Amino acid sequence: MALTEQEILAGLGKIVNEITGIPAVEVTPEKSFVDDLDIDSLSMVEIAVAAQDEFGVEIPDDQLKHLKTVKDVINFIQA
Amino acid sequence: MSKDRVVVVTGIGATTPVGGDAASTWSALLDGRSGVRTITEDWIDSVPVKFAGLSAVDPGDVLPRPEARRLDRAEQFALIAAREAWQDAGKPEVEPTRLGVAVGSGIGGITTILAAYDVFKEKGWNRLSPFTVPMLMPNGSAGWISIEIGAQAGTHSPVSACATGAEGIAYGVQMIKDGRADVVVAGGTEAAIHPLNIGSFAAMRAMSTRNDEPDRASRPFDKGRDGFVLGEGAGIVVLESEEHARARGAKIYAVAAGAGYSSDAHHIAQPEPSGAGIQSAMRRALESAGLTGADIVHVNAHATSTPAGDVVETIAIKEAVGTHPLVTSTKSMTGHLLGGAGGIESVFTILALTERIVPPTINLDDLDDGIDVDIVRAEPRKLPGGQIAAVNNSFGFGGHNVAVAFTSV
Repeated sequence: MALTEQEILAGLGKIVNEITGIPAVEVTPEKSFVDDLDIDSLSMVEIAVAAQDEFGVEIPDDQLKHLKTVKDVINFIQA
Repeated sequence: MSKDRVVVVTGIGATTPVGGDAASTWSALLDGRSGVRTITEDWIDSVPVKFAGLSAVDPGDVLPRPEARRLDRAEQFALIAAREAWQDAGKPEVEPTRLGVAVGSGIGGITTILAAYDVFKEKGWNRLSPFTVPMLMPNGSAGWISIEIGAQAGTHSPVSACATGAEGIAYGVQMIKDGRADVVVAGGTEAAIHPLNIGSFAAMRAMSTRNDEPDRASRPFDKGRDGFVLGEGAGIVVLESEEHARARGAKIYAVAAGAGYSSDAHHIAQPEPSGAGIQSAMRRALESAGLTGADIVHVNAHATSTPAGDVVETIAIKEAVGTHPLVTSTKSMTGHLLGGAGGIESVFTILALTERIVPPTINLDDLDDGIDVDIVRAEPRKLPGGQIAAVNNSFGFGGHNVAVAFTSV
């Protein structure tokens, strides 16, 4: 069964918090990882690998660079 | 810029096997408390040495988890001690291009390297943390500190095994004397309590194997010593030009008066038996500080509790300075922090001058033959009033000898 947006968002919030210390509630769909959450490229790689484990969806490097916002990642995982 | 600028110490920080900060560490040393204890990790059966000077406070309990997970343990210690020193100095307002860092590690991020290699073999490259490289590089601590305080005058990481911390401080003093910086955060760090390190040092027959009495194992200058005890932690100081410190009304601990270097060019791991290299480093430190042997009232010795090193050092102290200084080896309580040793022991040398008291060398029950210097045993001893000076010695595998001279203010 496909995960809902809310379920993915909750999972992502947990991952971002674990890796960067940013409170999970601040991880909302419209936020940009770099511009709004101030997450650097190394941490993005960690988040992508953790998301892969959590949701079972591989995020290739050439896709990762296009995923600017939290919503982009949610859409990618749902697709 | 004047070449004879006076350099002072305005902040100190330490996290060691006997305390999580400089104050608690110092008070433990004056009480003669050992930080050496039995290791309880599951790998302990694989090595012949079952104890170490484990940090009194785990850095993971101090740093926020997201920060801790991207730092090697040596970097964690360095950042904790640097933050304490920076805070203690009153977080000086200084032009970023006039602020430097000189902090090294003897071994670097070895626990990161080994854990990462396990991940690599078991799960593949894609599961390596993207922070693996900055965690394993020996200059990582210096880099993180420079980011934290915005230091742009230059960030340096001397690597000279167990002389690293002292060399960092010596380098920082020189940066200020040369006019390259007004403030430098300097010292050393180490986190190498790992079975591979213990096994490797044990393979050199360099470590004490007094497994039944861990807190009695580090016994510099004692006839019964059988090797060094590994410790972990960091010691960091804030060095500052006197002019800069006075202008902002900073508290001044001591003058970092000078430093001397030499190298044995003798053996990769054994001390040169005459102690000539140690004497040279000490003499050069006195010369650069404008001091004579008579001025030195205290030496914090390198003395690691190995059969080969301790007596040679006392002979060198006698030749270069005299038999009058109060000599101690605080490694009897902290164990040997390798690259962190010169950092914490410079902090102790500075505190001895400001507090006018020298911590004891514990476990010294039976003074070895051939030692003519005045070693502080069992109880702390007082230093005289007036203008006094002290030297911290640090030596490293590779034949490195570094002596740093401090004077009271």
